[in-house]
Amino acid sequence: MNDNLKNTHQARTLGIAFLVFATLMLILFLPGTTGNQRTTFAFDLDLSPALPIGSLTFSTQGGIFLLAVVAVFLGAWQLAKGFKRVYPILGLVVAMFVVAFLTWAARDRSMNMTGMLQSTLLRAVPITLAALCGVMCERCAVINIGIEGMMLSGAFVSALVGSLSRSVWIGLIAALLAGGVMGALLAVLAIRYKVNQIVAGTAINILATGLTSYFSSRYLQAIPDLNKPPTFRAIALPGLSRLPILGPVLFTTTVPVYLMLLLVIVIYVMLFYTRWGLRTRAVGEHPKAADTLGVNVFMTRYVNVILGGMVAGLGGAYLVLSSVARFDELMTAGRGFIGLAAMIFGKWNPIGAFGASLIFGFADSLQTNLAILRVPIPSQFLLMTPYLVTMIVLAGVVGRANPPAADGLPYEKQ
Amino acid sequence: MSKNNTTQKRRAGSRWRTLLTPVMAIVTALILGAVVIVVTDTSVYDAFQRGFGAGLGRAVQVIATAYSALFVGAFGDPVRLAQGLSLWITTGDGRAWAQALYPLSETLRYTTPLIFAGLAVALGFRGGLFNIGAEGQYFIAGLTTVYVGYSLTGLPWIIHVPLALLAGILGGAVWGLIPGYLKAKTGAHEVINTIMMNYIAFRFAEFMLDVGGPMARGDGRPVSPVIQESARLQQFLPSNPNIRFNVGFILALLAAAFVYWLLFKTTIGYEIRTVGQNPRAAKYAGMSVTRTIVLTMAISGGLAGLAASTDILGVLRFMPNAFASGYGFDAIALALLGNSHPFGVILASLLFGALQAGARNMQAMARVPLDLTEIVQGLIIIFIAAPAIIRSLYRLRAIKEGEELVVTSGWGQL
Repeated sequence: MNDNLKNTHQARTLGIAFLVFATLMLILFLPGTTGNQRTTFAFDLDLSPALPIGSLTFSTQGGIFLLAVVAVFLGAWQLAKGFKRVYPILGLVVAMFVVAFLTWAARDRSMNMTGMLQSTLLRAVPITLAALCGVMCERCAVINIGIEGMMLSGAFVSALVGSLSRSVWIGLIAALLAGGVMGALLAVLAIRYKVNQIVAGTAINILATGLTSYFSSRYLQAIPDLNKPPTFRAIALPGLSRLPILGPVLFTTTVPVYLMLLLVIVIYVMLFYTRWGLRTRAVGEHPKAADTLGVNVFMTRYVNVILGGMVAGLGGAYLVLSSVARFDELMTAGRGFIGLAAMIFGKWNPIGAFGASLIFGFADSLQTNLAILRVPIPSQFLLMTPYLVTMIVLAGVVGRANPPAADGLPYEKQ
Repeated sequence: MSKNNTTQKRRAGSRWRTLLTPVMAIVTALILGAVVIVVTDTSVYDAFQRGFGAGLGRAVQVIATAYSALFVGAFGDPVRLAQGLSLWITTGDGRAWAQALYPLSETLRYTTPLIFAGLAVALGFRGGLFNIGAEGQYFIAGLTTVYVGYSLTGLPWIIHVPLALLAGILGGAVWGLIPGYLKAKTGAHEVINTIMMNYIAFRFAEFMLDVGGPMARGDGRPVSPVIQESARLQQFLPSNPNIRFNVGFILALLAAAFVYWLLFKTTIGYEIRTVGQNPRAAKYAGMSVTRTIVLTMAISGGLAGLAASTDILGVLRFMPNAFASGYGFDAIALALLGNSHPFGVILASLLFGALQAGARNMQAMARVPLDLTEIVQGLIIIFIAAPAIIRSLYRLRAIKEGEELVVTSGWGQL
């Protein structure tokens, strides 16, 4: 009864929210435009093997008006009848608001949507890998605050070993090992010594920062050849890369990005459709029950945390071997913590975490695009959105984020 | 009578043994730091090629050079200190003595903000709250302090300095209060929210101080204007501007005394500790858990804010952009090392302050990157958090602690 009341209350609030979004589109974006302004969204990238599909040019005011009308309709429907699953609709309305914003920002100009999607995905890669690391660890109830340090170790080692061996592959494998070693350190502290997991993660961050900066100033800065790793080249998948939009974004990219996409799917399937996943989730929710049923709680946690560390190490390697081709001190720049946020926003689910990372990556890429379009919004406010969104989600304003029940608690065998 | 005596003796003995673990943790971390120095020194390898004895000798020499530079950088050169003192006594000329004291004054200068930040985290720990947000609270307090510091003119220092300090306390308190409120009201874990708010604070400060931003100086540099003369914290040796040691240190000691009094001599402190130990019992005893959590986080944030205030009013005189201090993580180490006791935090801060001041000298004189201190700090946290490692290394007996400190619980628990 009470629950029902709460639901109708929430349904009404969301309906009103849709109408507010529609109104905002009209007040914020219409006044600055004139009737003969046109917006162009381009979809073809230069030097891409994809089939060209041309671009879309439309009246700026018409586009914004159309989007607002659809949002009004959705809001009215929600108030009158109500959608069965309202959160996807909420996502749609927010997306429409963003498109209306882009329509306004690109008035009299052309904006390349495929390019934007591409940079969104690339910026989401390290965040996704960090989030996947978090999912691996927290699903078996080990909180990992040390993702940042694990990524940093992976980045440093991939630059050093990659430069020494002149091989991207050896660099990549070394980064996985470095991440795994850091994961093992967290696992030993959290499981064997039952150290408070947040303290252990903090120690890993400090230690990794210290070690990578120390060795970087001792070796990488002193001998520049040690900081010139080779990089992965983009591989166009035959056939798939010819698809418009999806081809250049998803199927003409580097090995770490393919690995990331693969990992999202693999970890999702493993977690929800295999025996290992069932055991992992059982250990995360109710370790004592899992233990009673013969699951080795400690082993499950060790394996997960070490594998998670390797995923974070891959995230670090991506930064070096797929993008900038050098290691810089503190180059992860908080991506491990954004990954943590993405994990929560994605509700401890690999696909959700990937979606959240894409949103965060989009905010990041929008920020650079707006600078090019000279839109007078300080980039800092866009860069704040991932953190604000996470706090809002965590506070239960939009949906509830429930962590695994035993998250953060050491297990004591009786 | 005699029985009473033995209990007293035993109590004194156990007090020494509680000190033994942290001391051994520090010593072990320094030994491992020495290992890092030796294995990254090429001259040691060259010496080992000449013979084992030569190699060992060179290794000892390298460590001695580095650590004596660290010591001299932190406490001063004993010979120069003695000469300066005798010169001052015999001729009344204190300049050489002041010059010799410079390293010690730098140690105290670095200690000052560490005490505030360490107290902030320690107070949170006592209340069962993990304030990872000292960094963000520092940023916001920096903005409020510097604003009051430069914008108000014509005030006497006796009013201006307290006002600027108060602004810092308020800025930090607000930034700490928000995650506290969210924790108390919605159960959103303070660790995630304080991390998120760190990044929001970081972006916000960047926006305020960026070239053309609301608080930028206006000469094309991303820094705030310089504070008024009347807002400066008094230096101890105004005649020698190199000596940056200032009244802030006394304020830090007063803050530690205040936290001690608050925690152990007042009802509020009793409530904070009870909520930290067992929120359910606190609620049963009629305490307002919500109010206590919000209050704890606000005071904690205010203390972290004072770290920024004393840095700006006492040393920097303005607020630079990208002001990353690293105090957030240091503070956690300090609170752990000091066992969340104000007096322990002071001792721990003196150690870290000495490490930071000494490391600069070590980098200059012995060419050992100052990031070594971070490695040592990370190791100290690990050894303090997992005392079993230290105990098994040195075959110490386990000690029964009187008051088990609940640092924080997992995400799901409140």
